Amino acid sequence: MTRTGRLLGLAVGALVLAALIVVPMGFNRYGLYILSQWAVMSIAAMGLNLTLGYAGQVSLAQGAFVGIGAYTAAIMTTHGLPLIVALAVAIALCLAIGWLLGYPALRVQHHYLAFVTLAFSTLAFLVFRNEEWLTKGIYGISAIPRPVIFGFATSRPLPFYYVCLSSLALVSLAMWWLIRSPWGRAFMALRENPIRALSLGIDTRRYTLIAFALGSALGGVAGTLYAPLTQFVDPTPFTLSLSLDLLLMVIVGGAGFFFGPFLGAMIAVLLPEWLRITEGYYLMLYAVAVILLLIYSPTGILGILDRVLAARRTKAASARRQAAQATL
Amino acid sequence: MSRVLEVDGLKKHFGGIAAVDGVSFHVEEGEILGLIGPNGCGKSTLFNCILGQLTPNSGEVKVDGRVVTGLRPCELNRLGVSRTFQLLQVFPKLSVRENLILAGQEHRGTMVSRLCGKPDAGLGEAAEEMLRFFRLGDLAGEAAGGLSYGQQKLLDAAMAFMGGPRLVLLDEPAGGVNLTMLADLKERLTAINREKRATFVVIEHNMEFVMSLCARVLVMAEGKVLAEGRPDEIRANPAVIEAYLGH
Repeated sequence: MTRTGRLLGLAVGALVLAALIVVPMGFNRYGLYILSQWAVMSIAAMGLNLTLGYAGQVSLAQGAFVGIGAYTAAIMTTHGLPLIVALAVAIALCLAIGWLLGYPALRVQHHYLAFVTLAFSTLAFLVFRNEEWLTKGIYGISAIPRPVIFGFATSRPLPFYYVCLSSLALVSLAMWWLIRSPWGRAFMALRENPIRALSLGIDTRRYTLIAFALGSALGGVAGTLYAPLTQFVDPTPFTLSLSLDLLLMVIVGGAGFFFGPFLGAMIAVLLPEWLRITEGYYLMLYAVAVILLLIYSPTGILGILDRVLAARRTKAASARRQAAQATL
Repeated sequence: MSRVLEVDGLKKHFGGIAAVDGVSFHVEEGEILGLIGPNGCGKSTLFNCILGQLTPNSGEVKVDGRVVTGLRPCELNRLGVSRTFQLLQVFPKLSVRENLILAGQEHRGTMVSRLCGKPDAGLGEAAEEMLRFFRLGDLAGEAAGGLSYGQQKLLDAAMAFMGGPRLVLLDEPAGGVNLTMLADLKERLTAINREKRATFVVIEHNMEFVMSLCARVLVMAEGKVLAEGRPDEIRANPAVIEAYLGH
């Protein structure tokens, strides 16, 4: 990237962040709820983007990890433990389970792997619903407290929105670092050419498991925020459809693009709300919009941008070649 | 001189077919050994057995005197055994520079340093040097998938050298490469063999290329070693001529 490009990116980023901080101050309770949900779902989608978009491992279990995180937070905070402790436990739990779920990926790939993870997703749902001693089953866990951070109570919608937003910012920074690190490069090698990766000393087995573990852990982080956001956790939100929604967010935003999950979550969480003015038609319009987008650009919204930039680069490169030939 | 690679009685069956049928040979340090033979004679299968991509049915492979049969390809690579592929095997969406860094990053540091350390794993300088060496410098920022076939072949070769290997197995490096680039490739390989004391085994169908690059040539036919010797000896060997021309 050129220097001006980088500066422009930084400026746009700062502007968006400032808008995300300032603009919601005037929002009502519902608006803040939706925006907080966007932040939470962005975190979960980022995790899936790591597993699927960067490392190329299909997973239909991300929703289950959000559920595991949510139940961990719900159970622990209603027993008087602080949310930060629940967060640590949820991360550890999801890392471990995600690591184990990675093992099938060493044997099967693509849609076969999708089915294995789908089975896990269903299993997790059954645990949420049937293990009443732990999860209170279909009655759910209510009155989940919102955290007190450095003496500040975040029980009102705006402060809690800021909790979600700053969590998203922290996760984004960590993800930015991860993707640029040699780990990130190894993940992309898994996606692009695992056989070649193996011949270059990259332990594809280890990196596959890490990709699953880290992606799942971010699902857990999202879940830990989801519980105090809704303040009520029951099994219904964590059916397979949440995993499919998260998959949609990653694909629509642009799998393997850093900003893909933000855009994807925006479309999956905010677009239905904006389309509400069309009343009964909004789900249909939403479906049509998504279908059209994916026909036009199978690589998602950022795929369009990428194509435009690539075309410009090619043009510039051929212009350079022409100029170089002229001097020969 | 020490033996970098020793292969002893290697056998690999696919069902009833013996693709590699008791092959034994060795390669001295710094040597360039050519491996030729008609299509389907088991050259690539032999490579894959040596490199741990296939498990041989019997026989033994030693690298620097150490038995490596049964090791995974990534473990073998970190012991200094590297390879190039017959078909293009680069990482198409990564830039040329990223491809090179990826090729070397697992050879230094630990898992922790690879997460917390520098994004380029301290290989930025080495990658630049390799880019210069293979004359790919102008393409450093381009996506590898956008390079021409010949350029991707060069990149594939360059990647094999990023880890500073002891032994490199090249599978048809000249296949599909045009004449100008072929001369370039041969010159680069010879230079790297001299400068870095790297040992090569080269599978190739282009006789001109093999005969001028290699000091010793091994001929395979139907899974067995048919002949072994200097290029001029091989050229004059009646059994080799028969294997190539058929009955």
